[in-house]
Amino acid sequence: MIPLEHYLYISAALFSLGVFGVLTRRNAVNVLMSIELIFNSANINLVAFSRFVEGALGGQVFALLVIVIAACEAAVALAIVMSLYRVMKNVNLDEAAELKG
Amino acid sequence: MSDALQSLSRFLPELILMAALAVVIVADLLTQRRPLKSSTDLLTGITLVGLLGALVTSWQALGAGEAQSLFASMLADDGLLGVFRPIFCLTSIVVLLLSMRSKELEGVRLGEMLALLLTVTAALMWMAGSINLVMIYLSLETVSVASYIMVGYLSSDRLSNEASLKYILFGAVSTGAMLFGLSLLYGMTATLDLYGVRAALAEGAFGPGLLFVLVLIAAGIGFKIAAAPFHFWCPDVYTGAPTPVTAFLSVGPKAAGFAILIRFFYLGLAEPAGGGAIAPVGGADWQMLLMMLAVITMTLGNVAALLQTNVKRLLAYSSIAHAGTMLMAACVLSVEGVQAIAAYLAIYLFMNLGAFTVVILAHRVTGSFEIDSYAGFWKRSPLLTVAMGIFLFSLMGIPPFAGFLAKWYVFAAVINAGLGWLAVVGVLNAAVAAFYYVKILRVMVIDEETGPTPALAFSRLDLGLLVLLVVPNVLGLLFWGSLDRVTEYSQTLLELG
Repeated sequence: MIPLEHYLYISAALFSLGVFGVLTRRNAVNVLMSIELIFNSANINLVAFSRFVEGALGGQVFALLVIVIAACEAAVALAIVMSLYRVMKNVNLDEAAELKG
Repeated sequence: MSDALQSLSRFLPELILMAALAVVIVADLLTQRRPLKSSTDLLTGITLVGLLGALVTSWQALGAGEAQSLFASMLADDGLLGVFRPIFCLTSIVVLLLSMRSKELEGVRLGEMLALLLTVTAALMWMAGSINLVMIYLSLETVSVASYIMVGYLSSDRLSNEASLKYILFGAVSTGAMLFGLSLLYGMTATLDLYGVRAALAEGAFGPGLLFVLVLIAAGIGFKIAAAPFHFWCPDVYTGAPTPVTAFLSVGPKAAGFAILIRFFYLGLAEPAGGGAIAPVGGADWQMLLMMLAVITMTLGNVAALLQTNVKRLLAYSSIAHAGTMLMAACVLSVEGVQAIAAYLAIYLFMNLGAFTVVILAHRVTGSFEIDSYAGFWKRSPLLTVAMGIFLFSLMGIPPFAGFLAKWYVFAAVINAGLGWLAVVGVLNAAVAAFYYVKILRVMVIDEETGPTPALAFSRLDLGLLVLLVVPNVLGLLFWGSLDRVTEYSQTLLELG
C-alpha cells in the first residue's frame, strides 16, 4: 500500500504549483486553472487523511463539498471573465488596472 | 430526524430569509414584462418584509432559551449568534434602502441583486453560527460567491467588472489557502468538529506545524475581514463596486469574519481557563499571530488612507483600520474581548453605513466620488454636512458620539488584559485617523466650490435613512447600559460559559 506521506508530498507539490501559477500567470483563465490546483491539493489531503485515519469519514464528505463549491466558483469566475472580456476585449490581468492608487 | 426538526424551531430568522428569497426569485420572473419601476417596488417590498421579519425574530430569539447545537453539531445557537443576527439584518435593511437611492443602480433590474442580498444575509448567519470545519468553509464560500456577483452587478461598467474579477481571484486564492490549512488541521486532529479539534490539540504540543496551519487559515479569515496583508483586494473592490454593495461589504462580511475568528480561535484552539479567560492549546502562540495582524492592519490602513483622494477608497482603508482595531480586541483571550468586538461592530454598523449613505446621496448630485467634489457642501446642504460630520467624528472616536464608546470597549479590554503596548499603538493610530476624517470635513465646510451650486434636495426616504443612522451615533452614550446588556449575551458561547 502507498504510505500516507506520498499523498502529502503530491498535495504539497500541487499547492506550491498552484500558488506559483497564481503569482506568475497574467492571463485570467490561467490564474483560475492554478486556483483549481490549490483546491484539489486540499482535496487530496482530505481524502488521504480520511483513508488513513481510523473512523474519520468526514474528510471524504468535505472533499465532495469542496468539489461542488469549486465548480460554482469556477462558473461565477468564468462568467465574470466573459463579462470583462466584452468590455475590455482581452483577459490580461496587467491591463485590468484602471483601479489603482 | 427529531434533531433536525427541533433545530428548525431555533432557525426561524434564516427560514424567513429563505422563504423571502424563494418569493423574490419567482416574483422577479413573473414581473419581467412589467415596467421597471413597479417590478422593482414590488421586489424591494418583499425583500424588506423578509428582512424585517428576520430582524424581529432574531431580536426575540436574543437571549431566549439555552445555548444549544443545531443540525448534528453543524451550527451553534448561542449568545454570539444571537448578537450577530440583528447586526446582519440591520445592515441588509440599510443596504436595501441605499440601493433604491443609488444613482449607479438606477434603471437596472434589481431582482437578482435582492435575491443575492437575502442569500448573503442568511449565509452570514450561518458563518456566525458554524462550529464545524465543513460549515465554516461552506458558509464562507456562500458569502464570497454571492458577493463576487454583487460587486460585478453593473455588467456593462468596466470598473465594476474589474473589481469583481480582482475580488474573485484574491478570494479564491485566500479561501484555497484556508482550505489547505483546514485539510492539514483535519489530518492533525482526525475530526471536523471544533470541539473535537480542541480536545485533540489539548493532548499534544504541535508547535511550528500548527502555527503554519493557522497562518494558512488566517489568510481566509483575514480576507473576509480585510486584515493586512490579505487586504489588497479591498480598496479596488470598494472603489469599483456599486456603492450600496461597497457599504454592505464594509460591514456584513467583516462582522461575520470576526464571528468566525472568535469561534475558530476561542473555541477550537483554546480551552476555558476560569474567570472568563481562555488558554491556547496545542502549543502554538496564536495570540502573537493576531497581535501582529492587528498592528500591521491598523497602521497600514491608517497611513494609506492619508493619501487617498477618492472617498470610497478612503473609506476602504478606514474600514481596514477599523478591522485592525477590532483585531486588537481579539488578542485579549477572554470573554471581555468577545464583548468588545460585538459592541464595536454594533456601533461601527451605524457610523460606517452612515458615511456611505452621505456618499451615495452626494453622488446623486455631484456624480463624483472624488473628495474635491464635496467643496462648498456646507452652503449647499448644511444638513448633509452636519450628518457627515457626526458620522466622521463617530468613526474618529470623539467623546459625545457612539464611536467613542466602541473604542472605549476595545481599549478597556486590551488594557485589562495587560497589553498596554498594544493599546498605545491603537491610540497613536486613532490620532492618525483623525487627519483623514477631518480632511473630508475641511473640504465640505471650508473649500469654496467653483462651479454653480444648486441646493440639494432630499426625498423623505433620504431623510428617514439619515435620521435612522444619526440617532444611534448621537445618543450612543445614553444607550450604553442597554448595549452592555445586549452584547453581554455574545459571551455565552456554547460551553465557553
